[in-house]
Amino acid sequence: MMNPSQGRGLGSGGGSSSGRKQGGEAVVEMFPSGLRVLVVDDDPTCLMILERMLRTCLYEVTKCNRAEMALSLLRNNKHGFDIVISDVHMPDMDGFKLLEHVGLEMDLPVIMMSADDSKSVVLKGVTHGAVDYLIKPVRMEALKNIWQHVVRKRRSEWSVPENSGSIEETGQQQQQQQQRGGPAVSGGEDAADDNASSVNNEGNNWRSSSNNSRKRKEEEGEEQGDEDASNLKKPRVVWSVELHQQFVAAVNQLGVEKAVPKKILELMNVPGLTRENVASHLQKYRIYLRRLGGVSQHQGNLNNSFMTGQDASFGPLSSLNGFDLQALAVTGQLPAQSLAQLQAAGLGRPAMVSKPGLPVSSVVDERSIFSFDNSKPRFGDGIGHHQTQQPQMNLLHGVPTGMEPRQLACLQQQLPVGNRMSIQQQIAAVRAGHSVQNSGMMMPQQQPFPRGPSIRQPMLPNRITERSGFSGRSSVPESSRVLPTSYTNLPTQHSSTSVAFNSFQQELPVNSFPLPSAPGLSVPAQVRKPHSSYQEEVNSSEAGFTTPSYDMFSNRHNDWDLRSIAFDAHQDAESVAFSNSEAYSSSTMPRNNNNNTAVAATDLGRNQQQTPPNMVPHHHQVYGNGGGGSTSVRVKSERVAADTAAMAFHEQYSNQEDLMSALLKQEGVAPVVDTEFDFDAYSIDDIPV
Amino acid sequence: MELVQMQKSLQDYTKSLFLDGVLDSQFLQLQQLQDESNPDFVSQVVTLFFQDSDRILNDLSLSLDQQVVDFKKVDPHVHQLKGSSSSIGAQRVKNACVVFRSFCEQQNVEGCHRCLQQVKQEYYLVKNRLETLFKLEQQIVASGGMIPAMELGF
Repeated sequence: MMNPSQGRGLGSGGGSSSGRKQGGEAVVEMFPSGLRVLVVDDDPTCLMILERMLRTCLYEVTKCNRAEMALSLLRNNKHGFDIVISDVHMPDMDGFKLLEHVGLEMDLPVIMMSADDSKSVVLKGVTHGAVDYLIKPVRMEALKNIWQHVVRKRRSEWSVPENSGSIEETGQQQQQQQQRGGPAVSGGEDAADDNASSVNNEGNNWRSSSNNSRKRKEEEGEEQGDEDASNLKKPRVVWSVELHQQFVAAVNQLGVEKAVPKKILELMNVPGLTRENVASHLQKYRIYLRRLGGVSQHQGNLNNSFMTGQDASFGPLSSLNGFDLQALAVTGQLPAQSLAQLQAAGLGRPAMVSKPGLPVSSVVDERSIFSFDNSKPRFGDGIGHHQTQQPQMNLLHGVPTGMEPRQLACLQQQLPVGNRMSIQQQIAAVRAGHSVQNSGMMMPQQQPFPRGPSIRQPMLPNRITERSGFSGRSSVPESSRVLPTSYTNLPTQHSSTSVAFNSFQQELPVNSFPLPSAPGLSVPAQVRKPHSSYQEEVNSSEAGFTTPSYDMFSNRHNDWDLRSIAFDAHQDAESVAFSNSEAYSSSTMPRNNNNNTAVAATDLGRNQQQTPPNMVPHHHQVYGNGGGGSTSVRVKSERVAADTAAMAFHEQYSNQEDLMSALLKQEGVAPVVDTEFDFDAYSIDDIPV
Repeated sequence: MELVQMQKSLQDYTKSLFLDGVLDSQFLQLQQLQDESNPDFVSQVVTLFFQDSDRILNDLSLSLDQQVVDFKKVDPHVHQLKGSSSSIGAQRVKNACVVFRSFCEQQNVEGCHRCLQQVKQEYYLVKNRLETLFKLEQQIVASGGMIPAMELGF
């Protein structure tokens, strides 16, 4: 018989909080009590049971019945969760996709669960980087020990084993720590050793190990002495766009297979970066690449590829976006030189373009290309590399995103958050700068990078204001105007442009698709979720913006916009309400509501959408709460994914046609926009839940 | 009826559900999650399950009644029903879902129709039994009694 007090017992075991705190990181006092768990499952029954079980374990539970909502929750709350538990089969997003995103963006341990216990699915969980796989029905015993994954991950972050290829003894400090932890712990230290067998070790030594996790580097060690102290205190490294670019460049230079953290670190030559940081980042990157390698199925039909592309674009875009964001974040603190560096990095790696998606610059191009892909059919200027680009994009898929979110978070923290727009702007600016640069390959980027973020920001607000003024289709034309203007005027001011875009993007009603893959899509969806403080504003503004941003940025976006417009038109108010409600109620929505809304949303989505079935399901349940609103949002994201779907939409909504023509006129701006969108996708991070 | 008698009835009734395979040990897990701070947890979850399952069964009926059955739509529904039924311990419903899914994989429409009937049958059975069980519990509580903890040797 399950004894609820067991959880409490565990909690009481967390007495060594003091030791933990010495680590410098904010550690829960009574670990594992208070472990912050995010559980995602579209099944309301299971969700309720899981929540209750987790609460009994004295964990802090947030439940979510939509993957996209979960992602935005995570993005808006970068360090707000310790672990994520997600169902595999969800209507709005494949659980494995969510797993990837979380792993790359937030680097949180993710546990997959499903009623499906077939070997292939479990294996998929492993290959996608899940730390565990639970078969439903989930029992309390299984949940009681999930904290081990958190500890393990933290430890492995500080002592990345495999990648560095050599297991070196850590410094003295580490040794001391290790001794404290006991040799048994080392057995379970291996990041690859994600087995329950290490639970005992972990359990017995969790205190010391968690305390020493940072320092304990039994395996790897090359823990630089100065890093020990910094490790103790330093939180997870935020992989900014810039940093990731450097990383990717270094990896490419060395060759993906042969790249070892030490050499990468040397090539990157970033002060303060530890080999462990690089090693763990490389680990994730490799997982990402591996996954891309096996993700050929994603590149089936256009829709699929689009979807995948979305992911892919998400990856590369996110990376770009992430980079941009990070750059933006950085720019907030760093001079424009950093941006210039980024640009230079981006520009300086044209050679990398040929490489499959590794180099950021190539990614950027791909992104641009990707963004154009959809437009191609419609506008003919699409690069049409959608398919080809995908692999590359996939490569970067998610990797940068991971960084992005963090960066973004940092950015948000660092930059005045008062103005949601500004942050977005900044991000956009960064991205714009970034994307511009990269896309410069695609698009002419003659302009230097004159102004730093500070400059951009001021500019953006104006733009944003304009955009906010937009509403629905009408705004589209304006937005396009804005974009080109900002874009052309400020080459380096990508940030400003991007900001503008970002604002749009973020505001774009991409409720359902957090996936950045569709630059425009992801952003809009996420944008839909207003930041906590600006939810209302966002929703309304987003409604207006989404359309324009879509239009401007890419054909695909256009598609999205059109569709979204259609939906917006139909459900603007609802969407907004839903977005808001969804965003807020994601974790607290009563299940019943979720059910109802989900159902409603689904129905609504079905009625409204003519998108391919594969797309529809995703969107239908983007927002559990907002049936109508979410539907519309979802539709949008879906539309982005599929041009054909978009077309269908257009047909459905005559008023869309006007938008279409407006969009078409703005084709020229699309390239720029694309980059922006990509970035925007990540701007979602900003979206407060 | 005396409180003690009611309590005994409840226990016997619950036991019979387990012995008949209508419920499995997962239901016990739910009961263990119920305490003073969550006195209605089980009935809340089960009610939620009923609501959700009603919806799913409805969708399934609609999907299977289509001229061209889209198994891609049918399977996720069955999968979810399997997951939720297993989470509350509705063993027979879950088992019926397993069979259902295999027919879905084979794209056997006729088989799926039969399975749907079977699932519905099991579902209404467990729904009926659980509602009776909750009524018994309510009677006990209304009489000022405590619901006896299950002592099953599962």
